[in-house]
Amino acid sequence: MSKTIKIDPLTRIEGHMAIEALVDDGVVKEARSAGTLFRGFEIILQGRDPRDANRLTQRICGVCPTSHATASALCIDDAFGLTNKIPDNAKLIRALILGANFLQSHILHFYHLAAPDYVDAAGAVGAVSPFVPRYEGDYRISGQANAELVNHYVEALDIRRKCQEMLSVFGGKMPHNVSTVPGGVTEKPTEDKITNFLWRLNEIRDFVDNVYIPDVIYVANSYDDYLGIGKGCGKVLTYGGFDLPTGRFFKAGVVSEDLKLEPFVSENITEDLKYSWYADSGSGRNPAEGQTEPKLDKKQAYSFLKSPRYNGKVVELGPLARMISNYVQNDAGTKKLVDSLLGQLGVGTDALFSVLGRHAARALEAKIIADAMADWLQILKPAEPVIVANEVPAEGTGAGLTEAPRGSLGHWMTIKDRKIERYQVITPTAWNASPKDDKDQPGAVEQALMGTKVKDRDNPFELVRIVRAFDPCLACSVHLLDANKNASGVFKVV
Amino acid sequence: MQKGKRMATKEYPVVWLQGAGCTGCSISVLNAVSPRIQNLLLDEVVPGHHLNMLFNATIMAGEGEAVIEVLKDTETERKGGYILVVEGAIPTAADGLYGSIGERGGRHLTIEQSVAELGANALVAIAIGTCAAYGGIPAGKPNPTQCKGVKELFDEKGIDTLVVNLPGCPVHPDWFTGTVSVIMFSGLDAVKLDNVGRPELFYGRLIHENCPRRADFDKGRFAEKLGDQGCLYKLGCKGHYTNADCPIRQWNNGVSWCIKAGSPCLGCVEPEFPDGMSPIYEIVTFEDLK
Repeated sequence: MSKTIKIDPLTRIEGHMAIEALVDDGVVKEARSAGTLFRGFEIILQGRDPRDANRLTQRICGVCPTSHATASALCIDDAFGLTNKIPDNAKLIRALILGANFLQSHILHFYHLAAPDYVDAAGAVGAVSPFVPRYEGDYRISGQANAELVNHYVEALDIRRKCQEMLSVFGGKMPHNVSTVPGGVTEKPTEDKITNFLWRLNEIRDFVDNVYIPDVIYVANSYDDYLGIGKGCGKVLTYGGFDLPTGRFFKAGVVSEDLKLEPFVSENITEDLKYSWYADSGSGRNPAEGQTEPKLDKKQAYSFLKSPRYNGKVVELGPLARMISNYVQNDAGTKKLVDSLLGQLGVGTDALFSVLGRHAARALEAKIIADAMADWLQILKPAEPVIVANEVPAEGTGAGLTEAPRGSLGHWMTIKDRKIERYQVITPTAWNASPKDDKDQPGAVEQALMGTKVKDRDNPFELVRIVRAFDPCLACSVHLLDANKNASGVFKVV
Repeated sequence: MQKGKRMATKEYPVVWLQGAGCTGCSISVLNAVSPRIQNLLLDEVVPGHHLNMLFNATIMAGEGEAVIEVLKDTETERKGGYILVVEGAIPTAADGLYGSIGERGGRHLTIEQSVAELGANALVAIAIGTCAAYGGIPAGKPNPTQCKGVKELFDEKGIDTLVVNLPGCPVHPDWFTGTVSVIMFSGLDAVKLDNVGRPELFYGRLIHENCPRRADFDKGRFAEKLGDQGCLYKLGCKGHYTNADCPIRQWNNGVSWCIKAGSPCLGCVEPEFPDGMSPIYEIVTFEDLK
């Protein structure tokens, strides 16, 4: 018998989210994913000074503003003809600022957003807000181990705050740093700041190595069935990111489930619009020519998210994609860490494509970034420049492709008469939580939900654990079809 | 988890709603120091006074119908006794359907509807961040979803609950914990607001008055490009008509702030942000705003 499970709002994510699941014989049959909060940033940016995009687009997201700062700075550098003139110091400081926020975001995501689905906080602290109400019936860790994980939840609040304090050494403030700007950065790497940053970083590295990674492994061992739940589309993509003087730290690539690598080419990105509230005439375009013409009376549409696809294929973005891309490209550090983790869990690489595989990839990535940041600090040159002077050109086009904590992020811009004519942003969650495309292929989160067994429909832990493992960061909505009624009617104008 | 002196604890239930925003103000409040966020959530912030965070979509364990019921229960059972915190602007185009916070009775519960319902019965509404206070970036030209601040919405709907504006993009955590402290120590009447609804305690002085680069301004030493020494006025700094204590308080546990990091003040706490502060890197005078 079919039964619809509806979870609205789905909390502990960035933004507003809902899940609606059609469950037949205890198994999820079909999935839909839809965006529900529309702010119209791309419309608000039109006609403004191109440099202002760098300040304003950070405000798309308060959890990963530094990624938007980075993407917009790269995009504007490109449009202004500055890409090859950015000083090494600026590249390193931009990377340190971005890395510091990856650390706060990953720690926040595991402990404060995801862990309440696995760790019994109310059991340790008492049945008080914000730990109740909640789903009941599948908390498998108890006693001293549970109490310790709850203590780590509290300790992680301090550590993620300290990540932001560290970021501010070069970024000025967080959320919404002020230092990452077109042409470079505004803050200088004086020796005192380098040392100050380093010792803040050392405390965070200690937490990642000795608390965060062991906790993820403990949770994975306690919920080992989740190494086989939520597989998804089996294909990952990363643009690559962290531009160092020697090139990109994370390597771009598209990798299939059997670990076959293809090179990433940005021209292969298209956005389908069949199930989105936009005019079909813009469907199938590369974002550099992207069109955003709202059309709210479109019958089959159910989302404000477009459907980004790579060569027409559904792909997953995020830490899992970056770790797998680095792994198949034989990055020594990544390979060693991933193999060690798989050994400790007693599973093969196929288990990475799962709920807990995604959490584990995120934790390992935190270590890889934190360790590398210590090296980047050492090659800063205190007396050398951090920025190149620049002027707004009359005309220009630019693209800024980078990585956010939850996946690849792209900004595209066209300048006309020294003003922004067009600005397009594709967030990682737009890929992961996209609706079906023109060929009716469901998006990555939709595919991860489909086929999942739901044990208790009143406490559907499986669904929320799957969605949160993607670390959604967009006002978005995941819906699943009701067999007997047209679910698209639910979405109306939103 | 430290407790104050034993006495009957006064509870302040808090409903924290997120509208058209970026979650940056929630993240900023997580950055609070003395008290830290764990103190805000679990301890008596002021001895004998406890915040009870009943609803905050970023941190609360629950979801779905159960948390939507929390909203209704708070509104009816704690009538006139709870604090409503609003983060993000309120989209009002298309009957508010550009933003919903969940589903109630098979329909979208819009941000507009929930802010109005919960606002009417709250002890006080705290509009946290510039979006909630004045509309902010979502209300920037051409304001595609007709976003508004809380006070404007209340005025239109005839809701007379006091609104305390704590603008900033994002809010400084001290401005929130400090305002809560004033309410707990001295009561609502002690919160002295300026003519745009902000506590004078935090927004009473111009950035320019306390700026460490003020001497450069007075002596006519101006930075000509980003990264230069000197006053940032010619690079579009809006500190001369922006009211906040950033230069003294600084950000992120006192580590730095915008001008210290070599970047002009954006004027993010002012009702005119962002349109009145644009272009961000060009001189915009006080007269231009009129």
